[in-house]
Amino acid sequence: MQLPFVILKPHDMKHLTSPFVLGLLLSTMALFSADLHGQAIPDVQIKDLESRAVSTAQYITEAQGPVLICFWATWCSPCKRELNAYADYYREWQDLFGLELIAVSIDDPRSVSRVKPYVNAAGWDYSIWLDPNGEFKRAMQVINAPHTFLVDPATNEVIWQHNSYTDGDEDEVYEQLEILAGKHD
Amino acid sequence: MTNCISRWALWLAVLCSCGGALKAQSSSGDGEQGYITGNVQVTMQSYNADSLIGALVPPGKTGFNAFGNLIYTKGDFSAGLRYESYLNPLLGFPGRFHGTGIGYRFARYKKGQFDVTIGNFYEQFGSGMLLRAYEERNLGIDNALDGFRLIWRPVDGLVVKGLYGKQRMDFDSRLINGPGIVRAFDAELDVNTLITSLHDSKTRITLGGSFVSRFQAGSTLSVDTLVLEVPQNVGAWGYRANVQHKGFQASLEYVTKINDPNADNTYTYRRGEGVLIGAGWSTKGFGVTFSGKAVDNMSFRSDRNLLLFDLPINYIPAITKLHSYNLAATLYPYATVTQGEVGGSAEVFYTLERGSKLGGKYGTKIAAQWATSFSLDTTNLTGVEGAVYGYERNSWKPGSELYIRDVNIEISRKISKKWKVKYTYFHFDFNTLATPVTTAYKGIVKANVHVAEVAWRIKPKHSLRTEFQVLTTGIDEVTGGKQDRGDWATVLAEYTISPHWFFSFQDQYNYNTAEGESGLHYMYSSIGHIEGSNRIAVGYGKRREGIFCIGGVCRAVPASNGFELTFTSSF
Repeated sequence: MQLPFVILKPHDMKHLTSPFVLGLLLSTMALFSADLHGQAIPDVQIKDLESRAVSTAQYITEAQGPVLICFWATWCSPCKRELNAYADYYREWQDLFGLELIAVSIDDPRSVSRVKPYVNAAGWDYSIWLDPNGEFKRAMQVINAPHTFLVDPATNEVIWQHNSYTDGDEDEVYEQLEILAGKHD
Repeated sequence: MTNCISRWALWLAVLCSCGGALKAQSSSGDGEQGYITGNVQVTMQSYNADSLIGALVPPGKTGFNAFGNLIYTKGDFSAGLRYESYLNPLLGFPGRFHGTGIGYRFARYKKGQFDVTIGNFYEQFGSGMLLRAYEERNLGIDNALDGFRLIWRPVDGLVVKGLYGKQRMDFDSRLINGPGIVRAFDAELDVNTLITSLHDSKTRITLGGSFVSRFQAGSTLSVDTLVLEVPQNVGAWGYRANVQHKGFQASLEYVTKINDPNADNTYTYRRGEGVLIGAGWSTKGFGVTFSGKAVDNMSFRSDRNLLLFDLPINYIPAITKLHSYNLAATLYPYATVTQGEVGGSAEVFYTLERGSKLGGKYGTKIAAQWATSFSLDTTNLTGVEGAVYGYERNSWKPGSELYIRDVNIEISRKISKKWKVKYTYFHFDFNTLATPVTTAYKGIVKANVHVAEVAWRIKPKHSLRTEFQVLTTGIDEVTGGKQDRGDWATVLAEYTISPHWFFSFQDQYNYNTAEGESGLHYMYSSIGHIEGSNRIAVGYGKRREGIFCIGGVCRAVPASNGFELTFTSSF
């Protein structure tokens, strides 16, 4: 990416002594050298439901198909509505697109022990990760749950994301999976 | 202001330049450029005076809180900052938060077995009973550490953490840390990963241990006729174990702290202790869990003179679950009494199979919970001993004073592709002296809450969700009137057009008040648009004063009447 070309006139030079201008110039140069598109999955060490350590980036890299990452909590009603709705379609999505859904619980120490019995009783077949102090949540720039990301298996980058859940959002997930499948055909 | 913006620009430059400088060293594969992610959260609220509900107008007429996060990642290196604005802070937030500037900044580098963080970071050891630095931004709670952290993974299955830092206390156009220094060490062992022969075992064992120390300069305390030295270094330590075998899970954590005279324990020299136990079993369609908790004098802060939300080093989880329906969640939310309590809970989850007689075509989910907590079983000491140590704990049995009893049951059923229904019942015996959530009643409030929720999928992408909630309180034996603020009813209707639009209307009605006053309505409506990870919403109306809780931490929010604009976005 090329940097914007700016001609500095002599009277502008004194402004370069200001920390603000200097900082802004340096940061603009650094930002332009970075990639603002295609968020990769950050590498955070968290645990799964069996207390096994999981390296998030490595796990996604090794996934065979598209991955849907859903941030949720046992106290979050729309999150549970979302994951219950997806449960009705999950087997179909697995067969059609090879999808893996990872439900990342952000339950804190107060409620994290409820996650396993809740998930088993609900009959969810998803992979479950536990993020009790929000480290993966912060790394993924999640503000509020539910927040859902679709990751392209070819690039391991987020290609679609959605904040909140309303009834019928599963249709949009299906549309995005179809688009992704079409892209790789 | 100019200085503040300059600092912001310089930080941005430093973090991005660091990433650039590391470009040549990093070998892992994000390509040449690295990437930037971020998010923005903005809330603006206007305030109108409303004498009926007690809503006041602050001098600035409006409140404005905004946060912007930026993280630059390049291979094993990442750096980021959070820019914050409180111009002026929303009512209910700490009033001393002012101005605009950087409230959080860090740089982190991982290489091989080592992971180093410089600047701000969040951390949690075990369940957090010894150390938990975390953020609940919507409550204005942020006790982030500011210093150095080293995480070392010498072999697979062993994680060792060490840190030194001060904690975030305040914000006045910049981050302001508290006076104490926190030093901490933690080691966690995943036995199955460490021992090769146990890799595939169905029994999984995790063990851990921590030590946390606080240094704060201090002098002496005058107690009765004594002049006592204040411990400048306060150490706390603990052990934990977690065992899982197929569907069975059990955990145990014990923590203790040396004498730590502080504002929470009225400057007495008792030792602190805490125990957390849990057990559960689950299989497809069924789950049950039990937990027990006992804490005695375990408030631990990096400034011994502060109270409430300021500078907590540790976090003691409440025994009750966090409720999500408005009346149950905000009128009588329970928070741990960190100075001392004994409690327990049991919860069961069950799904009636789809296609069965009771389960119906799509199945029926049932969840029920019982949770209670009492004071400690103690004897108050007298004389000089009493002034120095306060009390003596007789046993870990529950004491005579009930703090909370929370019994709830939830039944949800999908009737057809278009209709879903859910009924929830709650009963609370809530001691407002132990958890002072109201000033209108002192004693045990008995409250019953019924909630019916109906969701109707009108046509593809169009849905209507409604909630009908009623909360009734018991009769005050002295006055013969209703306890606390009387009874409440709530109606909520939410119309959504997936995936972009939502419209909602809510009316909360306070009736049968203790004073027999005519009822008050709190009506609030909002409209919002969602576009991927962007969400904008505008609301207008009245909100009652109450307790706003997230993740087990609660803050009192005053009554308000006015517009609210919220915008969130992440990339």
